[in-house]
Amino acid sequence: MKFAVVVFPGSNCDEDAYHAVKDVLGQHAEYIWHKDTDLKGADVVILPGGFAHGDYLRTGAMARFSPIMREVERVAAQGAPVLGICNGFQVLLEAGLLPGAMLRNDALKFRCEHVHIRVEQTDTPFTLACRPHQVLRIPIAHGEGNYFAEPDVIARLEANRQIVFRYTDAAGDVRESANPNGSKASIAGLCNEARNVVGLMPHPERACESMLGSADGLVIFESVVAALKTGAFGGSTGPALQTVG
Amino acid sequence: MRARVFVTLKASVFDPQGKTIADALHSLGYGAVADVRQGKYFELDLNTTEASQARALAAEVADKLLANPVIESYRIEVDS
Repeated sequence: MKFAVVVFPGSNCDEDAYHAVKDVLGQHAEYIWHKDTDLKGADVVILPGGFAHGDYLRTGAMARFSPIMREVERVAAQGAPVLGICNGFQVLLEAGLLPGAMLRNDALKFRCEHVHIRVEQTDTPFTLACRPHQVLRIPIAHGEGNYFAEPDVIARLEANRQIVFRYTDAAGDVRESANPNGSKASIAGLCNEARNVVGLMPHPERACESMLGSADGLVIFESVVAALKTGAFGGSTGPALQTVG
Repeated sequence: MRARVFVTLKASVFDPQGKTIADALHSLGYGAVADVRQGKYFELDLNTTEASQARALAAEVADKLLANPVIESYRIEVDS
């Protein structure tokens, strides 16, 4: 199974994602430069964390127009699993592959700490191996993770079960005190309507080995391996994957 | 011709930076400043002498890149 890790100028979690996929999970991984126009036959696309294009103007605003994003949009439309982590999530929002936008954290602080998130949906390629409502302890590191969408959009996300992760306390209860950035509905991660594109602010790739303080993030990557093997998730990626790259 | 684009957060969007600036002004004694909203300002030098063209071009780049319609709106001024 092959993972494409897209590298923008200013990405800084690309090596963490590559390490998690290749060294921890034992899968193939390849860096794809943002000016490339080919995902080289990858089965899964990861948009990593960092500060693509310096986060100038708005987070992800310029990265959205990088040449590789045309190809990411194409394979996403075909059902290929696409994961945006932190800055990668912000890029997916700016690109319109996921709804909503990010604002500055409500406390105006860059938050860098372990948080708890609850898995709300297990029928996405990146949560397939999770238990329903499993609580994961995963680090965040962002200044602009305050998810915003208008109330009608939030209602639609709820109705379509597109809210994949919420910030909770260690027991898995949604509390305002457990919301690190002011996100609407305590949203930590989302999927698109087809469920194959997932974005989240926490960093599962930084929590794949117990020596790093938590291995709870590994299940996200194990999920997509299982999903591709079985073809058992919302979007029908099976046939589409043959045409990826 | 120069176009000026003012990008501001929509009224429904909380502006934590503007709130912090307002709080700072209040602590400086400016109680008359009821609220502050922070935005962005762009000056575009355009290769056109036609005001309507300048306005249309500024609106196009604002829609495409300068503003995110999910959270922001914009206003354009063009030199006459």
